[in-house]
Amino acid sequence: MSELRQVEIDGIIVEADPELTLIQACEQAGVEIPRFCYHERLSIAGNCRMCLVEVVGGPPKPTASCAMQVRDLRPGPDNCPPRIRTNSAMVKKAREGVMEFLLINHPLDCPICDQGGECDLQDQAMAYGVDMSRYREPKRAVEELNLGPLVETCMTRCISCTRCVRFTTEVAGITQMGQTGRGEDAEITSYLNQSLRSNLQGNIIDLCPVGALTSKPYAFTARPWELTKTETIDVMDALGSNIRVDSKGREVMRIIPRNHDGVNEEWISDKTRFAWDGLRRQRIDRPYMRRDGRLVPVSWQEALDLAAGALRQGPVAALAGDLVPVEAVFALGQLVDALGGAKECRTDGSALPHDNRSAYVGNAQIADVDRAGRIIILGGNPRNEAPVLNARIRGAWLQGARVGYFGPATDLTYEYDHLGKDSHSFESYVNGNPDWSGTLIIVGQAVLRQADGPALLAAAMRGAGDGIGMLVLHNAAARVGALDVGFSSAGGIQAVLPGAGTVYCLGVDEVDIPQGPFVIYQGSHGDRGAMRADLVLPAAAYTEESGIFVNTEGRPQLASKATFPPGDAKENWAIIRAVSGELGTPLAYDSLQDLRHRMGETHPHLLRLNEVPENEWKPLPLLGCGDTVIAAGQENFYLSNPIARASVLMSQLAAGEADAIAA
Amino acid sequence: MLQDSDRIFTNLYGFDDGGLAGARRRGHWDGTAGLIAKGPEWIVEEIKQSGLRGRGGAGFPTGLKWSFMPKSDDGRPRYLVVNADESEPGTCKDREIMRHEPHTLLEGCLLAGFAMRAQSAYIYIRGEYVRERELLQAAIDEAYDAGLLGHNAAGSGWNFEIFLHHGAGAYICGEETALLESLEGKKGMPRMKPPFPAVAGLYGCPTTVNNVESIAVAPTILRRGAQWFAGIGRPRNSGTKIFAVSGHVNNPCVVEEAMSIPLRELIDRHCGGVRGGWDNLKAVIPGGSSVPCLPGGLCDEALMDFDWLAGQKSGLGTAAVIVMDKSTDIVRAIWRLSKFYKHESCGQCTPCREGAGWMMRVMQRLVTGEAELEEIDLLYEVSKQVEGHTICALGDAAAWPIQGLIRHFRDDIEARIRNRKADLKAAAE
Repeated sequence: MSELRQVEIDGIIVEADPELTLIQACEQAGVEIPRFCYHERLSIAGNCRMCLVEVVGGPPKPTASCAMQVRDLRPGPDNCPPRIRTNSAMVKKAREGVMEFLLINHPLDCPICDQGGECDLQDQAMAYGVDMSRYREPKRAVEELNLGPLVETCMTRCISCTRCVRFTTEVAGITQMGQTGRGEDAEITSYLNQSLRSNLQGNIIDLCPVGALTSKPYAFTARPWELTKTETIDVMDALGSNIRVDSKGREVMRIIPRNHDGVNEEWISDKTRFAWDGLRRQRIDRPYMRRDGRLVPVSWQEALDLAAGALRQGPVAALAGDLVPVEAVFALGQLVDALGGAKECRTDGSALPHDNRSAYVGNAQIADVDRAGRIIILGGNPRNEAPVLNARIRGAWLQGARVGYFGPATDLTYEYDHLGKDSHSFESYVNGNPDWSGTLIIVGQAVLRQADGPALLAAAMRGAGDGIGMLVLHNAAARVGALDVGFSSAGGIQAVLPGAGTVYCLGVDEVDIPQGPFVIYQGSHGDRGAMRADLVLPAAAYTEESGIFVNTEGRPQLASKATFPPGDAKENWAIIRAVSGELGTPLAYDSLQDLRHRMGETHPHLLRLNEVPENEWKPLPLLGCGDTVIAAGQENFYLSNPIARASVLMSQLAAGEADAIAA
Repeated sequence: MLQDSDRIFTNLYGFDDGGLAGARRRGHWDGTAGLIAKGPEWIVEEIKQSGLRGRGGAGFPTGLKWSFMPKSDDGRPRYLVVNADESEPGTCKDREIMRHEPHTLLEGCLLAGFAMRAQSAYIYIRGEYVRERELLQAAIDEAYDAGLLGHNAAGSGWNFEIFLHHGAGAYICGEETALLESLEGKKGMPRMKPPFPAVAGLYGCPTTVNNVESIAVAPTILRRGAQWFAGIGRPRNSGTKIFAVSGHVNNPCVVEEAMSIPLRELIDRHCGGVRGGWDNLKAVIPGGSSVPCLPGGLCDEALMDFDWLAGQKSGLGTAAVIVMDKSTDIVRAIWRLSKFYKHESCGQCTPCREGAGWMMRVMQRLVTGEAELEEIDLLYEVSKQVEGHTICALGDAAAWPIQGLIRHFRDDIEARIRNRKADLKAAAE
């Protein structure tokens, strides 16, 4: 940061970084500047002209505050700080003028517009506009676009701020949107009527300052003031995006992002945003047991009896799934330990060393992507596994960072040096002792699942030690937390399952349990896990209980309860506590607070919410890599978990994606 | 009246050979290497002393503009860009230079480019100028063959390339930053300033954009001396200037004249007078379609230079004089200009995008009188809401003709509205 510079804004003197734009300096001074096109995370367009301010001593016309930097201000007379006025007659007139222009061709159909109540144009027209229109000419109408199943358009309302164009081209890395035509006939459009091909496209709904782009699935279902807003954490990927769940009554109506500079900035993926219809379908709302090959409803008491009986028989193996909060995993771990059973969370068989946090989390943070000069991606497909992180990598690439990639060629929305396709290529890359300074290594799950996964991880750690660090890109929101509470066994899932008499599956839907053992499935959706189960215990989904999730960089975050679980379903930790009671060895806590307190005694970092603990760096011993061809990362983005699989919309998107690939 | 010996463009009408041999005969490309040998500072200083103001419309001092190029070399290439996208309605002066005097432009490019330490120049020529492009390209090829361009251009030791780029016909691409965008292969939309092109222009490198005429007069200024050029015309408005007179004059023409020539002298001497006599003059648009018009009464003592016309809230612009006699429907004439600006607005920023169409539609109704009296004030206010609030000057250009009309011909508009109302009333009775 260069030397601060004094600026006088409406009589308030602020010390501003010369790199800041006037609009940011004004914000620093606590002066709000109306804007439409300006957005902190997008390039500057300067086209709406709403943010005009007066620079005293400058040209005799107002200046766009979003486009001018503090350093471009000329000092005032006698070297006093440059003066900016945001409340002068000139500025007021300019704002009223621009507002009038924005409204003359706007349909003013607020009563039937979904943006009503959260519309920038509406709000700013109230604050900075005048109360009547002088426009007597016919208004413009624009044809609608078909952008696909997610974004509804009403382009007549568009004010051509180009935020959507800038987002899709800069952040999402697609080139389908643009502005065509000229003058008042200029239109925001998708070239050749293409629908959008990005798993971040939902963000343009939030970005649109008017009702031109709205959410198709949410259309006409609620007004913003009717919604209960709950700030929570997303589990659709392991990034731990900060979200706000808006609910009406018992139902989740929509999900929108919250800002967190360290995690998701202010974007979320389409799965995070739109999978909520999956929370209403395929729900397990009462206990079931398998009788004569069919699942039949039973009471909670019968179910708990049955569970206790099966667990007493043993030997017990417990598995933790991808979407469960760490409290439930901790409780289940204690229960299984008391029974002398085995436990495992690495259900996909990945070679994450369970006793070395620096190896299963890494030592870098997501925000390190921004400062990396070089990013090496070892396996995995960040575009599908963590689209928001991928956008951040793209951002770094746009700023000049080089990206190197090991794995099968794929479109990541940015250019990368394709450094190799097999383990051997990575090993020789590391052995070649490249300059690691400024390098961030991102290790995908795909390589950890292969036979020489441990060797690759060790090689990655060798490089990471000299660079910015290593980030292990997890796919499961619950994985890091489960490893943190020690829900793992030395041999992995291959060692845990054989010989088990009873398998307790806590939301495990991504693996097939072999025939033989008695399977207790505790979860929210009737998916793969419940189909195999002998006993089904209905549990809450992530929006229905409070819980801690540790994201891929090792940051514990607290998810909150937005709605209630359906029917007889209970919160995950409570079911485990009830089972333990039924076994006659009740766990030593009767409330979630007690549980957390107990968990904090052994794992204090989990209660230091939103802090990324520093991990002691323990490089793994180097092993020889094979020449395994690195497998593709997660391919089916839209159907990666039971909630998404229950969502009709996600199925449509997955089918659309498959069609597009086939075409 | 300009002496023939003071003319820079002695082949403006193409009576002589426009090629290199003809140009040399007329004194161009004479001692270019010697001028370059005097150094870039000398050239910039000489142009500053000459008082040359940009000929593209805004009238910014050319020497000063050249001096804005960074003094130190940071490794980035520098560019001279010549704005040959002459699209302002009424303006056709650069065209004559490119057709008949192309070598003045090419020599000017070399000298100006050297003065700002640029090794390449781009000439962005208007899309409709097909023949002009061919002629200019032929001249460039000829100059390359003669060693006047390229490696060791004109034996000066300076390497200099000129590239001719053909536009696609959008008026907005005559705006310097939109021109740069277009040259880079993007949609021609003006950029925000700052940063100015001298800091970050073409491909983000230091760039100076000049009008064809500004560049083409430079070699002669350097050869004959700044004092000669500064001695023509009034102070601060010095030099010779190419005027393009069109409209209701007996002989529309393009002519090189001294700056600050009285408008009446210009019209009477070179154009054979106003059609139907001087008293038949209704209005003059003195500088291309974007400047406010002058009513006939003001034209008697009008001087054709930057300061006099600015004093009358008009402007010299490109010095394209559009003469309208009393047969002109002035409201309709200005409506036609509004229509042009509405059509050519790029649509990037709000006031121009929305305002140009609004103004055009109100103007359309004023033509027939289908309006209320208070709408005249509304139109004036709307034009003021556009002016000065946009990214580039096209918003101003759309607003000014209307402001000029309302300022000088309000009675005409009001009469039209009243007459229509009276007619309607009579018809109803």
